[in-house]
Amino acid sequence: MQHNNKYIFFYAIGISTLTAILLAYTAQVLKPRQESNIELDFKTSILHSVHEDASSRSTIEKIYGDRVQELVINNNGDVLTDVKVRDIVLKNELKKPVEERELALFVYMGEDGKNKYVIPMQGTGLWGPIYGYLSIEDDFSTIYGAVFSHKSETPGLGAEIAELPFQKQFPGKKLFDKNNSFVSVNVIKKTTKTDLDPVNYVDGVSGGTITSTGVDKMIEVCVKPYLAYFEKLKSAS
Amino acid sequence: MSTATVAPVKPKEKKEGLLSKKNRRTLFDPLDDNNPITVQVLGVCSALAVTIQVKPAIIMALGLTLVSAFSSLIIALIRDSIPGRIRMIVQLIIVALLVTLVDQVLKAFMYDVSKQLSVFVGLIITNCIVMGRLEAFAMAQKPWPSFLDGIGNGLGYGIILITVAVVREFWGAGKILGFQIVPQWAYDHGYVNNGLMALPPAALFTIGMYIWWQRSRKPKLVNVS
Repeated sequence: MQHNNKYIFFYAIGISTLTAILLAYTAQVLKPRQESNIELDFKTSILHSVHEDASSRSTIEKIYGDRVQELVINNNGDVLTDVKVRDIVLKNELKKPVEERELALFVYMGEDGKNKYVIPMQGTGLWGPIYGYLSIEDDFSTIYGAVFSHKSETPGLGAEIAELPFQKQFPGKKLFDKNNSFVSVNVIKKTTKTDLDPVNYVDGVSGGTITSTGVDKMIEVCVKPYLAYFEKLKSAS
Repeated sequence: MSTATVAPVKPKEKKEGLLSKKNRRTLFDPLDDNNPITVQVLGVCSALAVTIQVKPAIIMALGLTLVSAFSSLIIALIRDSIPGRIRMIVQLIIVALLVTLVDQVLKAFMYDVSKQLSVFVGLIITNCIVMGRLEAFAMAQKPWPSFLDGIGNGLGYGIILITVAVVREFWGAGKILGFQIVPQWAYDHGYVNNGLMALPPAALFTIGMYIWWQRSRKPKLVNVS
C-alpha cells in the first residue's frame, strides 16, 4: 500500500513513542519486584556457597540476617567502616589497581561456631561474564564451597560450571600449596600434566576450555587481594 | 534468509469457521510439509546453537511459538496501516517489544526461569522464522489465520529443535533431559561419548539427515527449496 511521506513519518514516531511508553511503564512498575528478586538471588548464592540450601524467601532472609556479617576491606587487610557492601560494584572494582579496590567480604557463622569467609568473584567466560562465590574455612586455605553462574555460556559446554558436578569438586581443595605459598585453586584440563598437588586443582569442563580458563583466572584474581586480611586474622588468633 | 515457499493466498470474503479446513492446514502444514527449518530453510542458525541439550531446546521452542503467534496476530491486526516502506522496522519493533515485555515480566515473577531464558531473548528477536512469517503471511492475512500460522511455525520449529536435541544430547552426553540414559557399565566397558555431537556442526549433520529422511518419505518436497 502506498502512503505519503508525512504518514510514514508520523507512523514511525507514533509507533516508537507508543512502544517506548509501554516498555518504560512496565519497567517502572516491575522494578521493585525485580530488584528484590536480584537481592534474594544474591543472598541465596552466598548461602549456597556455605551449603545452606534454603529455598523459601523468608528462610533465606532469616538465615542471612542471623548468620551473615557483611564487611568491606582493602588490599592491606584494613576494615573500611564507611563503605557499604551494597555500594560496591565488583566489576568496577576489578578495573581499579589492586591497592584502591574496596572488597566485599561475607562472614558466615557456621552452626559449629566456626566462621566461613565468602568471597564474591567475577570474571570472563567465552561469551560473557561469569560470576561466583567461594567460601573458605577458618584456616584461610581450605575451600568450604563454591557456586558459579554465568550470563551466556553454551549449554552443555561452558554452562556446566553452574552445575553441581563441577562445583562439587571444590570443597576440600586448598588455596595454598605444601610450602605455604599461594597457588589458588586451578582449573585444569583433565589430560594436562601438571606439577600441582591434587588439592590445588580441579578438572575443567570438557568442551568448555575457555570458560574453564576464565574460572581459573577469576579465582586467582579475586581471592588474592583478600590474603592480607586473612593474614591479619590468622596472626590475631 | 532464503525465500519462503508459501505464495500469499487471497483472503476469502465468505465467513469461515475458526478451524475450517484451510485454517487447519495453516496450523498443521508447518509441522511437516511446510516445516520452517527443513522446507522453508528459516531459523537454521538458532537451531545450531540451542540443540545441545533437550531442555533449552524446549524452552526456545515454547518462547518462539509464543512470540511468532502473537507478533503475527498484532501485525495482521494493523497490517493495513503499516506503510510499505518501513514495514520491516515496524515488524521488528513489535517482535522486540513482545520479547522484552515477556522477559521483564519473567524477571519480576519467575526469576529462576528468566535467568535461564536470558540467553534466548536475543535469539528470538532476531529469529528469521518470526520475521519470515510476518513478511510472508501476516502482512497479507487476517488476524486469526496469522495467529494459527505463527503457532504452527513455532511448533514446526520446535519439532526439529527437540528431535535434533534428543539426538545430540544422547550421543554427546549419554543423557536425555539431564537423565542418564547410557548405563554406567557401557562406560566401564570403554564406551565414550561423542564429543563432536556437542559442537554446532553436529546439528548441521542431524538436520541434514532429517531433511534426507523427510524428502525420501515425501518426494513432492524434492526441489522445493
